[in-house]
Amino acid sequence: MRAIKVLERILATIPIMFGVAIMVFIFMRLTPGDPVDIMMGAGGAVGAGEIEQLRAEFHLDEPIHIQLWYFLRDAARGDLGNSYIKKRPTMELIAERLPATIELALGALFFALIIAFPIGILSAVKQNSWLDRFSMAGAFLGISMPAFWLGIVLILIFSVKLRWLPVQGRISYDVNLQEITGLYVVDSILTRNWPALKDALRHLILPSIALGAAVAAIVARVLRSSMLETLRADYVTLARAKGAPEHRVVLRHALRNALIPTVTVIGLQVGVLLGGNMIVETVFGWPGLGRLVVDAIFNRDFPLVQASVMVYAFTFVIANLIVDILYTYLNPKITL
Amino acid sequence: MTTTPAPTSSWARARHLWGLRWRMMRRNWSEFAHQMRKHPLAIIAAVVILLYILAAIFAPAITVHDPTRGSLRTRFEPPFWMEGGSTEFLLGTDDQGRDILTRIIYGARVSLLVGVIAVGVSVLVGLTLGALAGFYRGRFDTIVSRAADLLLAFPFLIFAIGVMAFLGPGFGNLILALTFKGWVEFFRLVRGEMMAEKTKEYVEAARVSGMGKVAIITREILPNIMQAVFVLATLRMGYMIIMEASLSFLGLGIQPPTPAWGSMVASGRDYLLTAWWVSTFPGLAIVGLVLAINLFGEGLRDVLDPRLKIE
Repeated sequence: MRAIKVLERILATIPIMFGVAIMVFIFMRLTPGDPVDIMMGAGGAVGAGEIEQLRAEFHLDEPIHIQLWYFLRDAARGDLGNSYIKKRPTMELIAERLPATIELALGALFFALIIAFPIGILSAVKQNSWLDRFSMAGAFLGISMPAFWLGIVLILIFSVKLRWLPVQGRISYDVNLQEITGLYVVDSILTRNWPALKDALRHLILPSIALGAAVAAIVARVLRSSMLETLRADYVTLARAKGAPEHRVVLRHALRNALIPTVTVIGLQVGVLLGGNMIVETVFGWPGLGRLVVDAIFNRDFPLVQASVMVYAFTFVIANLIVDILYTYLNPKITL
Repeated sequence: MTTTPAPTSSWARARHLWGLRWRMMRRNWSEFAHQMRKHPLAIIAAVVILLYILAAIFAPAITVHDPTRGSLRTRFEPPFWMEGGSTEFLLGTDDQGRDILTRIIYGARVSLLVGVIAVGVSVLVGLTLGALAGFYRGRFDTIVSRAADLLLAFPFLIFAIGVMAFLGPGFGNLILALTFKGWVEFFRLVRGEMMAEKTKEYVEAARVSGMGKVAIITREILPNIMQAVFVLATLRMGYMIIMEASLSFLGLGIQPPTPAWGSMVASGRDYLLTAWWVSTFPGLAIVGLVLAINLFGEGLRDVLDPRLKIE
């Protein structure tokens, strides 16, 4: 029964992805300026014959619905066109940058969770204590602070003033690292390259904090409020009455049930991690997908922008799908 | 409340009804004010928001410097408490010798305007579509709900960045980019509430007494939903301001030389080693305003929406 529900939920994402593709296509066509003209602007002078040839090559001489058909057909094959500027398949460019972005997103998520869980749990257990008030004030600040500014303040304090951590990039120039997965932390562990691991981690800390702070704040707040609820539930009272040790009551009985709303919220934060990476990668010169998109926008490299936006949207949809499926395992009462 | 016998002439009747309504509003207001008093932080936040608004409105009157024109002689003056700083430029100057405090005060105009208009349009669109979809259901509801689901497939900032990339920068495009997806949350809130309220007895009573559908929606149901909408609108305002600042930071929002906090922070990035104040203070202005709006919104929610429908 569950397998069928999961399959249904997976199938339901297909029309959404189609819709996303169509919407991106429409936006592309609404853009002022002919793609070939923009390409010419980037590529130098060419003859009229060549322009006609390019128009035919990109199917721009066909009616719009035929163009849409070509676009969807190619997109389904994973072909989202070539970059105007770099003259290479957009998917190739995106694939090159993806590991950096994934590493940063995982770093931010890791930071967010190791901060949010102890704070969320302790604030609920010691409700209204100074710890609770202080952390909730901090969480409030975390929600109200733009990531780009937090990044800059972190650089000012830890890189400029204290000189503890590097300002920019993923790894120092003088460090050699053999790439396997593209995630530098993982690669350096796999190749037992400890100096590279230390260097990669040092570069990862500040961007992860800048990107993860808002997520940490939101998760801590939700975890606290759901813990407050479960700590008052009958089954917790019962567990206490049975004489279960307090840490077991909190962690096994209360926390487990408080996880359900928390996991949903963490899933929703994937969007924050994806959107925020454009900002944070810009602040820290992090060579990921976010930088690629921002640069593509300023170069008017529309195929690249289009492809990246679609990749982002698909990642987001798939992340939400995974959360929905995880959810059924955490809470058997819920059907998709 | 003492009940006076309902007057018979239509004019007197209308006046009587307005009197009742007025007295109810006054009672609700004093009840509201009384409740708000239990949230001192929210009141402080409201005062802070008011200060920002006043600063934005009276910017030319409270500043002496030009927000867009600087002077090469006054580049990178530090804040007044630092060595070399002067009280002429309280928070220092930027790379073009412009007074940062002046630019922050003018920048409040952009942030507040974008926040209010983006949220306002989102509410208007979301409320209208949500009320119609929730009340009438049917094909209209299906279509709009699908469109909303589709928009939810994009993370907010990425969607806004994508729209700005295609439309190009500018104030109008900025509002469009923010509201294009911003209405969805209001739509979902109002639609859900509409569906819940529709089945209640007072709606049935209004229907039986021969009230038209539009009147039932606007005069009976909406007043019961408005408080939740208002709370959500306040909480979204801070978010929209951060989004605008983020877009301006990337260079996709408000274009220079118009002072906007996001682009001011961006302009100081190249001088972090030598002039930390250029980026820091505009960012503080954002944090202050958004923090105040969020605190006010939370207080408002505790008072107006105790069922905590909005998270």
